[in-house]
Amino acid sequence: MAQLVADQLPQHEPSGGHGHAQDAEHANNPFLAHHFDTPKHQFEAGKLGIWIFLITEILFFGGLFCAYAVYRAMHPEVFVYAHYYLDTFWGALNTGVLILSSLTAAWAVRNAQLGEQKKLVFNIIATITLAFCFLGVKYVEYSHKFHEQTLPGRYFNPEHEVWELPSYQRAHARSAHHESEAQAHAVEPQAGTIGEVAAAATGTTPVAPGAVPAPGAVPAPGAAPAPAEAGEGKEAKVAPPGAPVRPRNVGVFFSIYFCMTGLHGIHVIAGIITWAWILRRTLRGEFGPSHFGAVDYAALYWHLVDLIWIYLFPLLYLIH
Amino acid sequence: MTSPSATADVLAPPAESDSDNYLTHDKGILSWLLTLDHKRIGVMYLMCVLGAFALGGLFALLVRTELLTPGKTIVEHDTYNQLFTLHGAVMVFLVIIPGIPAALGNFVLPLQLGAKDVAFPRLNLASWYLWVVGALFLVASLVTNAADTGWTFYTPYSTTTTTSVIPALFGAFILGFSSIFTGLNFITTMHKLRPPGMTWFRMPLFLWALYSTAVIQVLATPVLAITLLLLIVERFVGIGIFDPALGGDPVLFQHFFWFYSHPAVYIMIVPAFGVVSEIIASFSRKRIFGYKFIALSSVAIAILGFLVWGHHLFVSGQSVLAGTIFSGITFLIAIPTAIKVFNWIATMYKGRIHLDTPMLYALFFLWVFSIGGLTGIMLGVMSLDVHLHDTYFVVAHFHYVMMGGAVTAFFGGLHFWWPKMFGRMYDEKWGRTACGLLFVGLNLTFFPQFILGTRGMPRRYYNYLPEFQPLHQLSSMGAYLMGIAFLIVAIYLLRSLRKPMDAPANPWGANTLEWRTVSPPPYYNFHEAPEVAEGPYEYADWVYDKRERGYVRKTRGGTPHPGTSTGS
Amino acid sequence: MSTHQHSTNGSPESGNERRDGHHDEIAHVTPMKLLFGVWGALMILTVVTVAVTLIDFGAHTNLIIAMAIATIKAGLVVTYFMHLRWDRPFHTLIFLGSLLFVSLFISMTLLDRSEYQGSIEEMYLKKGQ
Repeated sequence: MAQLVADQLPQHEPSGGHGHAQDAEHANNPFLAHHFDTPKHQFEAGKLGIWIFLITEILFFGGLFCAYAVYRAMHPEVFVYAHYYLDTFWGALNTGVLILSSLTAAWAVRNAQLGEQKKLVFNIIATITLAFCFLGVKYVEYSHKFHEQTLPGRYFNPEHEVWELPSYQRAHARSAHHESEAQAHAVEPQAGTIGEVAAAATGTTPVAPGAVPAPGAVPAPGAAPAPAEAGEGKEAKVAPPGAPVRPRNVGVFFSIYFCMTGLHGIHVIAGIITWAWILRRTLRGEFGPSHFGAVDYAALYWHLVDLIWIYLFPLLYLIH
Repeated sequence: MTSPSATADVLAPPAESDSDNYLTHDKGILSWLLTLDHKRIGVMYLMCVLGAFALGGLFALLVRTELLTPGKTIVEHDTYNQLFTLHGAVMVFLVIIPGIPAALGNFVLPLQLGAKDVAFPRLNLASWYLWVVGALFLVASLVTNAADTGWTFYTPYSTTTTTSVIPALFGAFILGFSSIFTGLNFITTMHKLRPPGMTWFRMPLFLWALYSTAVIQVLATPVLAITLLLLIVERFVGIGIFDPALGGDPVLFQHFFWFYSHPAVYIMIVPAFGVVSEIIASFSRKRIFGYKFIALSSVAIAILGFLVWGHHLFVSGQSVLAGTIFSGITFLIAIPTAIKVFNWIATMYKGRIHLDTPMLYALFFLWVFSIGGLTGIMLGVMSLDVHLHDTYFVVAHFHYVMMGGAVTAFFGGLHFWWPKMFGRMYDEKWGRTACGLLFVGLNLTFFPQFILGTRGMPRRYYNYLPEFQPLHQLSSMGAYLMGIAFLIVAIYLLRSLRKPMDAPANPWGANTLEWRTVSPPPYYNFHEAPEVAEGPYEYADWVYDKRERGYVRKTRGGTPHPGTSTGS
Repeated sequence: MSTHQHSTNGSPESGNERRDGHHDEIAHVTPMKLLFGVWGALMILTVVTVAVTLIDFGAHTNLIIAMAIATIKAGLVVTYFMHLRWDRPFHTLIFLGSLLFVSLFISMTLLDRSEYQGSIEEMYLKKGQ
């Protein structure tokens, strides 16, 4: 899409129809489309176009943020429980990678505006490289999740219980000092094996995020296999005292996680394609101080991708 | 992609290409399929939309035929469910939403604005291709196992039915992007390509309507896209967001869906308001009454339209608080709408009304849209809606608005701009006849449905009580009458195309810029860049010229304006 | 609205940062110091937002803090990297407008979220016991 807006620019169409003062400008500038008067005019139109496009992107992701907000408001315990399966390290690393790529993108715009051709090429390549790094990290994370069976919806069937995870253990060790934290992880006195808890489950609604009162360890009746069945082949694990009981429908967290990061990842891929195309045009020497719109629009799109990640990171990885 | 139209003959001075127009400028099918010209893209949209309209109409006739008798008449109940789903999806996504903005708007917008093209011609072409691909997906389910969910795709049925919902969803998803890109293009065009003198408040009201529509397209359609995407994923892997069995919320889907689809009904009707404003002013030969109010009420409708989606959820288990808020705002939206209707009537008051075909459609619109709009207010009352929800009353209401409002205005606009688009006048007598038949047919079809609804006939039902049969049969007769009327329209419009070009530059004496260029317009729209020194509804300078068989513009010296010459 | 469409980019800074003798007046050129300054701030805020989760302020406060930091970061990106500061005010308007519509959507939907929970719980009771 960024391409389509920006792509308006190199129209090798001669000016026809109207005879006016800008004809000379059109003759000298092969990148000026026939229906614009000046390069600035064309740049401004493209800029408004790309901003409107970004707005559609915001509303597009807005739907997912809405799904997130509604589900988190209804089932905060799911989010607290499930986020231990995400590794903050990878999330933070990717945040850094994307922010750095935003810098190189913004820098590339500056290079194009000032006609610094070599730096421009360097910065575009850097942006593309960083985008690949981001996808690489995402690949590591995704493959880990597939391996661990922390999958969306009814396919959620993790290899490890939450108390076995280092992220949980770290948080738990820290929180030993915090009374509230201990409460947050619901010390259920009768929490023995998962199976016992399931039997003891009452089905009451959990209300506040802190107080996971084990509404039932059985995920989605009829949809997902109960842990006892899921654990066939795996030996039944004995939960340590104080371990949280798995709330219902933890899989939905991963539905939201995969939808949000997946859609974001698709946007990163689209960004890579856009930058590759910008790189090609840069190498042909198409950009300069009077004609850098496409670089600017691509960078704006790229910043928006960064912007969405800035929210995704705390919402998915840093749940408290 | 280089433009095939960028050939050397563009360089020819305009004087030599006087008989040259956008239809004859380039030849061959590729020159159409790869064109960047907004007029050609508009014509391609028009052909596709009319084709889809014929298809959707066929489904409607099959549905009405099935309902002639209780129980089975021609098809089984499963087929019936698929038929009304296809009718709804085709009419909404393929006809009404792109009808006025993408087909008529694409053609008219740059001309009315005095621009050479839309801001992003390639994106414009891409929108058309997206429409085609989306339409193919939507209709492809015909040959497989068409969706039977209704055009609203409500969960949990849409996630559990065995019919092929996914192609239909994917089609609607792609069509959404087509709509978004059209909106994006139009907003940018109106911001950046207004010629000197064309201030915001000198823009024709059709452009204000298109602008408001574009705002809705840009803000609402992405939410539809994500909704459909989530539904597709839900069907594939069972993510559970809309599935109560996984702790999700089926009402959430309805919120998502109507956050788009209620504003979407304004995508359908606001451009229709724009068309009607143009027609009523032109054929009353009088400056439009309350220009700024009509212009700004379009914007007000666009914004308020985002705040009322919950009135579709009154009986879905929405909270009473949300219901009350949505109900209240629903009443508010009647204000800008009524402003328009009253201003149109005030425009006609003491005007010199010419009852040509487009004007008949506009009057037709006023009549039936008022019924549709007012019954909408009734449905916005929570207590009444609980009674009437999902009955034929709702069906009648939205057909009065969508069919009587949007489609009528679309055909009015088609008749209004047909001479400009193709350079030919259609047969006026047949035009008026068909319009009259449509009026009778529409009321005959949908008025009985109001009665059926209040008596408790639920919508989308295959079977019904024998006591409802007379009203159902009346309704079906009306549908056949409309079918015949549309057939007549198709015949005389197509026949007009076989004539040599005979349309004057300005057959109606309208004062918006598209009438100052020849019919059909040249490739670059205007031989001379038009000057804008006055508002769009000043008719004093236009006088009828018998030789031209149309209106010509007096310059201040009293001689006809040379720009309006047809060159014949 | 119509007036600013044809006015030039009238921010006071736009002239100061021009270099290399090229004055095309098409758009503002962001100075290097600012680019790196914003980048540094974003990195620091990322570290802060991770660090803050180690402290327990209660679930709600932690969420608010995380969102506030994310919003500051987003603001920096939009203002400087996306140069809205030097861009037309109209672009800021439509950007903020889109956020308004998103928040409208989310808040009205949230208002309604718990309406079905009762019947969902009922379903679990029936199925689970």
